[in-house]
Amino acid sequence: MAEVTYLEALRQGLWEEMERDERVFILGEDVGMYGGAFKVTEGFVKRFGEQRVIDTPISEAAIVGAAAGAAHMGMRPVAEMQFIDFISCAYDMLTNYVATARYRAGLSTPIVVRGPCGGYVRGGPFHSQNPEAAFFHTPGLKIVYPATARDAKGLIKASIRDDDPVIYLEHKWLYRRIKEQLPEGEEILTPIGEARLAREGKDLSIVTYGATLWKSLEAAGQLETEDRVAVEVLDLRTLLPLDDAAIMRTVRKTNRVLIVHEDTRTGGVAGEIAARINEQAFEWLDAPIMRVTAHDVPLPYAPTLEDYVLPQTEDIVKAARWLAAY
Amino acid sequence: MVSRTVPTPQSPTIPAGLAREQLLELYRYLRLTRTLEERLTALYRQSKVIGGLFRSLGQEGESVASAYALERGPNRDLLSPLIRNLGSMLVMGAQPIEILRQYMAKAESPTRGRELNVHFNDLDRGYLGQISHLGDMVPVMAGITLTFKLRGEPRVGLVYVGDGTTSTGAFHEGLNFAAVQRCPLVVVAEYNRWAYSTPPEKQFAVKDLAEKAKGYGVPAVTVDGNDVLAVYEATQFAAERARRGKGVHLVEVKTYRRKGHAEHDDQHYVPKEELEWWAKENDPVDRYVRQLLDAGWTEEQDLKDIDERVRAEVDEATDACIDEALPLPESALPGVYADPPAAERLWFRGL
Repeated sequence: MAEVTYLEALRQGLWEEMERDERVFILGEDVGMYGGAFKVTEGFVKRFGEQRVIDTPISEAAIVGAAAGAAHMGMRPVAEMQFIDFISCAYDMLTNYVATARYRAGLSTPIVVRGPCGGYVRGGPFHSQNPEAAFFHTPGLKIVYPATARDAKGLIKASIRDDDPVIYLEHKWLYRRIKEQLPEGEEILTPIGEARLAREGKDLSIVTYGATLWKSLEAAGQLETEDRVAVEVLDLRTLLPLDDAAIMRTVRKTNRVLIVHEDTRTGGVAGEIAARINEQAFEWLDAPIMRVTAHDVPLPYAPTLEDYVLPQTEDIVKAARWLAAY
Repeated sequence: MVSRTVPTPQSPTIPAGLAREQLLELYRYLRLTRTLEERLTALYRQSKVIGGLFRSLGQEGESVASAYALERGPNRDLLSPLIRNLGSMLVMGAQPIEILRQYMAKAESPTRGRELNVHFNDLDRGYLGQISHLGDMVPVMAGITLTFKLRGEPRVGLVYVGDGTTSTGAFHEGLNFAAVQRCPLVVVAEYNRWAYSTPPEKQFAVKDLAEKAKGYGVPAVTVDGNDVLAVYEATQFAAERARRGKGVHLVEVKTYRRKGHAEHDDQHYVPKEELEWWAKENDPVDRYVRQLLDAGWTEEQDLKDIDERVRAEVDEATDACIDEALPLPESALPGVYADPPAAERLWFRGL
């Protein structure tokens, strides 16, 4: 066992897949000599060469489009968005070209588009986004969002091996904050489409993903000690497709659900989860399904503003308390 | 093709290293494109075509000739056509019955009724259908040709863009990317005067599309798009250059769209005399026929025989598919992903 960070786990996963399968290559801005803005691909160009670690112009549409073309030809490209905020520049390519390719034309497009997302880092409006809702609505794409080091590794490997296009969202606040013991010499693969029970409890369920998993776990610990409320926490890990079975299992067990995400509220993933619970487990509910999300504003820069806009541990504690008492 | 006549010693040499049989084959594709589109127009008027009909009348020459300059067959060159490149697809091996089925949304069509008209592909034959978002195929073809380069395969890609396409961001990003990576890519820029109803002077501020290539460090040439052999020669030069590892080359073909954007478009924005001039004086098929006959490379009877065979082929294809069924409704659900195999059928359909 060795202690690795979330970022190092992601790096290991990428490296292992590059070693395992020569069809895998990386393309993106500053991914080669520089090793990527967050050093995820540091050392890759030395090991794998410029043919497999390709520095590109600042052209997200071309990066994703070229990855799609290469994938049609049997390659397994991994495209890096330097910050995930810039994935919107490739929105057309992803939603119109890539997502529809199999359905409309029988074209296989096994690409991974990955990049650092999320706030709590004082990044301001264009270096803090969570773009999942913009793609969640598009049939043909898959979206994964690891919260642990194990899943950072397991999901990048599974995404590269998946035959469908996958958007891999990695949280930059977790990059070096999360450390975990991972076994050496054992292959870690996290199945796409499966949620993970991060904490067991009987009184209330929190359904979450990404950085707010850790804030939810912190809140659960506090509620246990201070309120004797046993909170169950479900880490979704994959957003598209959603693991309905795991969500309904925890709803039926605790009968109270709080959905927590860092993304803004309106049109967010939580709304869809709430609708599915309503359709599939209405009679199991003892309380309304509630949400804790970011406020519906662009993410501001100043610490006081960012902290106010984003969901904090204290918000989750208060919301859970309210729900437990309902 | 069996020839009835042999060129006389007085005939000028056939250009671009083409053989007489190839000249006739080019003619066959020109005729097939036009005859098939005329058939589609008839089917459109009978409401057999489900969606819009997009004609390439007046542009068949550059479509057929540019595709003909590529190497065809499995694992050979690959092109990405636009809506008016039916001729290019036929050259690469698309069958008239597939086109007819596509337009009529038949279950047996290449996309099983999921996509329209010439939006389909066959990577073995060497064509990758476009999507409606103009310019998107440039980055995709950059990625395809990047793969040819990375694997050291002697293959070339060709992507068609219209004068409107060159205004898109995807065109810019894709061309720049391909130029930087020295991808073996030929860009055929069709200056056909109309992007829907928008003329070039409202689309860009350069005179020729070839000028745009300079900004990417891409060599370019402008040719008469209605001169079949000139387009063939220019494309072949660009393709062989790309095949030798010299990177992207742009071929601008000056042509003219003689029909509306689609069949519903009455072209009220087009001066009537202009249309008449292009039809009378600068039709690519007429010009090619005149060239063949004047040079003595063929005789009129050879061409008439081809016309006859093409008409029979289109008749046969139409008869074979016109009464075919549309796809079954529930066949709409499978194939969004490799896994899961089908989208969920929603609950209200079970009520």
